[in-house]
Amino acid sequence: MSLAPYMPIVGLLALGAVFSLISVTIAPFVGPRRLNRAKLDPYECGIEPTPQPIGGGRFPVKFYLTAMLFIIFDIEIVFLYPWAVSFEALGLFGFVEMVLFITTVFIAYAYVWRRGGLDWE
Amino acid sequence: MTQADGLADFGHDPWWLILAKVLAVFVFLLLMTIFAIWYERRVVGRMQVRPGPNRNGPFGLLQSLADGLKLIFKEEIIPRTADRVVYFLAPVISGVCAFTAFAVIPFGPTVSIFGHRSPLQLADLPVAVLVVLACSSIGVYGIVLAGWASGSTYPLLGALRSSAQMISYEVAMGLSIVAVFMTAGTMSTSEIVAAQADAQRLVLFGQEITIPGWYAVLLIPSFLIYFISAVGETNRAPFDLPEAESELVGGFHTEYSSMKFMMFYLAEYINMITISGLCVTLFLGGWHAPWPLTLWSGANSGWLPLVWFTAKLLLLLFVFVWLRGTLPRLRYDQFMRLGWKVLLPVNLAWIVMLAGIKVIQRESLDGSVRTTIIAGVAVVLLLVVTLWPAAKEPEPMLGMPDPAGRIGGADGFPLPPLDLQVPPSPRAMPTPVPATAADTGSDGAEDSTGEEA
Repeated sequence: MSLAPYMPIVGLLALGAVFSLISVTIAPFVGPRRLNRAKLDPYECGIEPTPQPIGGGRFPVKFYLTAMLFIIFDIEIVFLYPWAVSFEALGLFGFVEMVLFITTVFIAYAYVWRRGGLDWE
Repeated sequence: MTQADGLADFGHDPWWLILAKVLAVFVFLLLMTIFAIWYERRVVGRMQVRPGPNRNGPFGLLQSLADGLKLIFKEEIIPRTADRVVYFLAPVISGVCAFTAFAVIPFGPTVSIFGHRSPLQLADLPVAVLVVLACSSIGVYGIVLAGWASGSTYPLLGALRSSAQMISYEVAMGLSIVAVFMTAGTMSTSEIVAAQADAQRLVLFGQEITIPGWYAVLLIPSFLIYFISAVGETNRAPFDLPEAESELVGGFHTEYSSMKFMMFYLAEYINMITISGLCVTLFLGGWHAPWPLTLWSGANSGWLPLVWFTAKLLLLLFVFVWLRGTLPRLRYDQFMRLGWKVLLPVNLAWIVMLAGIKVIQRESLDGSVRTTIIAGVAVVLLLVVTLWPAAKEPEPMLGMPDPAGRIGGADGFPLPPLDLQVPPSPRAMPTPVPATAADTGSDGAEDSTGEEA
């Protein structure tokens, strides 16, 4: 199979990249530069900024859990797409298989829900 | 496979045509962004009973162009705490992903361009919809890295919220289009549009009715879930939690200024246009003319479908603006609950139901197999009901105050009386209290007793 159908996508990507890079790069040369210490401080509602390491130190573990759940369901979606496309060809067998698969994932989902993994306070 | 016939038109363009099409899509996106910003401000203005921008150009149409030019000549401030390389790369990632995603959206049928027959679509692949999903996924990196690299509190919180929101709603969005793939039997955008071209005939209660082949009609639940998650995916009101001004200042781009800020702004609007374009393609019949116009046979040929596509796109953009003008912002926990506890299970149930209906419709099953299927569905339903997580009792927000009127023990904070009654103002004119009010025990009765005391 040739890569010809992908060429226009690469072309649009390249054009977008050139546009983004140029506009981001020229900004400091076009605009004025009147910097002072207060301007260079990170913004924090006008008070002295809280000292913190790059990346802001710690963040709630909830976000990490959400990311893990996302991976589980994204994988489910990855399995669902090819099944959906060839749904006609697979027939009854494909349907039963997919119901079993969705049920399995649903058990994990119900477990996470019961343990409070989907609650935000 | 059908790929060979359906996608035969693609991949034969000479290089100059590819270049022209790439440029055309790029210019279309930029113009649409400039227009969409004006359109949004104007429509929201009208909804809030004010004129909106109306100074620059006719009807204020050049307002966003003027804003863009002004942003170029603004001072760029990079905070001292920033990680400079990542800080520089983040807006570029956002911009590139936003532009690339639009490559697979079909604008119209095959036309003749300078004697060369070519479809009005930049590219199509057997997995074209995945390109859009992939680009929007990678776009999350731009936001996360922007928040991380700023070295500041608000951007970091905004970026975390934004990424959690986008990945949560991407699950809902990804599941909602499974039904489309199932019905169309393909993931290529041009073939999905072609599959919606013909009217569908349904036999309902012994009567044959004809309905348009648009998947928005055939697969209403999918369409609704797709649109709700599209609003969440593009961080638009009422789901604009990453940019909740009242909580997080500007969200992930608080520390960005000048052109870097403009890239994020541009990316947000292009993402909105792309998501709307995908919605038109998957659910609203793509570039095909809407119903009354289809009676005219020339409506779906030549360059005219560009108009239908753009009109549908603008209609969807109007709905985006309408939502912003109407609905208040959700709280974060409500928002995540909607995504994970409502949209996700409804989606899965809908997919299974649709697949079951299709299987039963298609296969000429004998009695025993049909009984087995129904029994299986019953077992699954029973399993779902038994495993269904019980609704938790809402915990009381505050403990009961102790006799001293404090919450949380002796170290707690004093609680103001919650049943406070405003004493009557001494300057108020003594209002005559009707005699009947004292008997009914209404507000009037309490007021009168207060005055006596």
